Amino acid sequence: MEGEDEPSGRMIDDEIYTNGVGEEEKRTRPIISGEQLDVEAYAGLYTGRTKITRLLFIADHCENNQTMQLEALRMAYDEIKKGENTQRFRDVVQKIDGRLGPSYGMDAAWCDTVDRRAEQKKEKLENELNAYRTNLIKESIRMGYNDFGDFYYAHGHLGDAFKSYVRTRDYCTTSKHIIHMCMNAILVSIEMGQFTHVTSYVSKAEQSPDSLDPVTVAKLRCAAGLAHLEAKKYKLAARKFLETGPELGNHYNEVIAPQDVATYGGLCALASFDRSELKHKVIDNLNFRNFLELVPEVRELINDFYSSRYASCLDYLGNLKANLLLDIHLHDHVETLYDQIRHKALIQYTHPFVSVDLRMMANAFKTSVSGLEKELEALIADNQIQARIDSHNKILYARHADQRNATFQRVLQTGTEFDRDVRSMLLRANLIKHDFNLRASRKQ
Amino acid sequence: MDSVQALITQIQGLSSSAGDVSRLHSNLKQAEETIFSESARLFSALDQLDPSIHSLGYLYILEACSSGPLTKERAAALVLPISRFINACAVEQIRLAPEKFISVCKRFKDQVMLLEAPMRGVAPLLTAIRKLQTSSEHLTPLHPEFLLLCLLAKCYKTGLSVLHDDISEVDQPRDLFLYCYYGGMICIGQKRFSKALELLHNVVTAPMSTMNAIAVEAYKKYILVSLIHHGQFSTSLPKYTSSVAQRNLKNFCQPYIELANSYGTGKITELQTYVQTNKEKFESDNNLGLVEQVLASMYKRNIQRLTQTYLTLSLEDIANTVQLSSAKEAEMHVLQMIQDGEIYATINQKDGMVRFLEDPEQYKTCEMIEHIDSAIQRIMALSNKLTGW
Repeated sequence: MEGEDEPSGRMIDDEIYTNGVGEEEKRTRPIISGEQLDVEAYAGLYTGRTKITRLLFIADHCENNQTMQLEALRMAYDEIKKGENTQRFRDVVQKIDGRLGPSYGMDAAWCDTVDRRAEQKKEKLENELNAYRTNLIKESIRMGYNDFGDFYYAHGHLGDAFKSYVRTRDYCTTSKHIIHMCMNAILVSIEMGQFTHVTSYVSKAEQSPDSLDPVTVAKLRCAAGLAHLEAKKYKLAARKFLETGPELGNHYNEVIAPQDVATYGGLCALASFDRSELKHKVIDNLNFRNFLELVPEVRELINDFYSSRYASCLDYLGNLKANLLLDIHLHDHVETLYDQIRHKALIQYTHPFVSVDLRMMANAFKTSVSGLEKELEALIADNQIQARIDSHNKILYARHADQRNATFQRVLQTGTEFDRDVRSMLLRANLIKHDFNLRASRKQ
Repeated sequence: MDSVQALITQIQGLSSSAGDVSRLHSNLKQAEETIFSESARLFSALDQLDPSIHSLGYLYILEACSSGPLTKERAAALVLPISRFINACAVEQIRLAPEKFISVCKRFKDQVMLLEAPMRGVAPLLTAIRKLQTSSEHLTPLHPEFLLLCLLAKCYKTGLSVLHDDISEVDQPRDLFLYCYYGGMICIGQKRFSKALELLHNVVTAPMSTMNAIAVEAYKKYILVSLIHHGQFSTSLPKYTSSVAQRNLKNFCQPYIELANSYGTGKITELQTYVQTNKEKFESDNNLGLVEQVLASMYKRNIQRLTQTYLTLSLEDIANTVQLSSAKEAEMHVLQMIQDGEIYATINQKDGMVRFLEDPEQYKTCEMIEHIDSAIQRIMALSNKLTGW
């Protein structure tokens, strides 16, 4: 069966790698895994601004791990120096605080050169744009604003970049231009964290009359998924990520890596889908399988959940947690998603049984009986499990409400309420009538 | 002829038939001045009249006598004749002059209260109400007076008998407010919390054009009884409440609303501290007893919630979950609740375990069928009334 083959297959792969082979194989090793994050490999997945943002995020959030922090800061420094964002340069230098030696200190000369170059470029662009505007050639004006957008983006002025990109809208003539504008706007909005814009521009791009090429479609799905994730709509986010085609490849590395698609999609699906949807959309989904291959731990834990091997599933989750907390998009959702997955596991475990021995269940979930009892109590009170706990013998009994009695009770209660409400109503009506009579008689 | 004697003879003469009585009525109305001025002498001449035959005349004289300043001696003198009159009077005759009858009865109540013997007034006023009412759905101004006496005399059961009638005709809105407010208090005293809620709800949601103090006090009690009976309280008043009430009631009852919020958190200790800090406010409103009942109901609510999740539970665990101090106390609470019929359970003292049972009512007995049938009849009658409106 599938379950048996995969772990042994993975072990064999591991053995091959540990035999010391070249760069090629090393990079195909899973990067998002239970082991400590390899910062260099992780950063290699991304390009552009998001690489720097992610590296800085990791540096901020792993204060206890000096080496990882310094590694991240070093890579961030190198990356920033390749670009033109002097503000970020100053930030990263402050964070490094001289710990990486003199070659990673403040390079004021570089900052000045870059700033001066920026000023000149800005003037040039402005002049060009004004020239184009007087000439009223749509295409050139559009290109002009686009260049401005790129310029601001490179220098970290995200708000201005966004405005410039949006300005090109008035000068777009073909749907290709519109899509280009939307993609740029989405990119900047994701950086700024304004996911409402992301959603609106995604829908705008999808409404384009021409059919989009598969890569763009995949990119848009990812962006939409990210927007839903931020809005805590895990089910919708899962659906979007699962619909992303494998054509995405590395084309959207300035925002998201295929590993992320697998991780986000897998976890959200596990937390929000029911069993049939999980099987249909995740496990049997051939497209998504390509993504899952990149993060075998996520693949394993989904399979374990589906085949009710909860202890191992929860183990995988525990291992992944540390690394997931270093991800900029997922970190504030990790707790919620984990709770939801755990609750689903508990509910799924108790669902097919009439009675469950709490001791065996505690073993399966690797917790104590009293802790398990507390969790089950919360789920029962929330009406997610229909059962009652026999605390003396530590057994959970399924309980199915007696429909007949419940109906009688409801009927009698409705009758009493109707009685009471109608009488009050008649009383109030009489009072109002009396009031009118009183007023009428006073007028006379 | 001596005017007093003339009057007496007139009354004696013209009290036999309906036509005569109406003539007597107009004569008496014209002679009101005389009656008032000669009230003392007329009082002594009362024994010449028979209250059951000469009710109208008797009434006029009594009314004249009981008006004027109230002193203990006068009260003592008047109480007995008035109560005898109420018991004996003829219904048709007093219905000709209802305002006088009402005023006499109200004075009677004042006298009884002055003499600090409210019990003496309970039975007579009950008879008075029954005689004055045109139908059992008619609310007279005597109803609130009667209920007040019942409250003061602690004759709750008698008060309850009056509260069973459905009211739909009302003379004066103020009567209704007082009636419902006192009625609510009587029901609270008898622990009939659902009926109390109904009455207090009527006060709070009645149409009113300005705020009145009765509604404010009723709202305070409404909050407390709602917490005891339902375990929850929502500050949103139904749509048919007058706008005056909707805007202003909450401002007057702030401490109570905070109490309800604190109750909603489910933490006993918080509730207790809140009650402690605001003790004087509750005491000044005479609501401290109710507030203590609210506290007790919190334990009950928590234990009831446990019946939904557990089949058996040790007394220790109950004590811990509900924040009681010991298993013994938990046992006492559970025992009390089983006796009151609030939960269905059995206590196994050997193991210190409580086993929660389902409601044994199977809805299969004859009594239950009759109960449902009578409820259906009532509701059909009510619906007819509604459509007839």
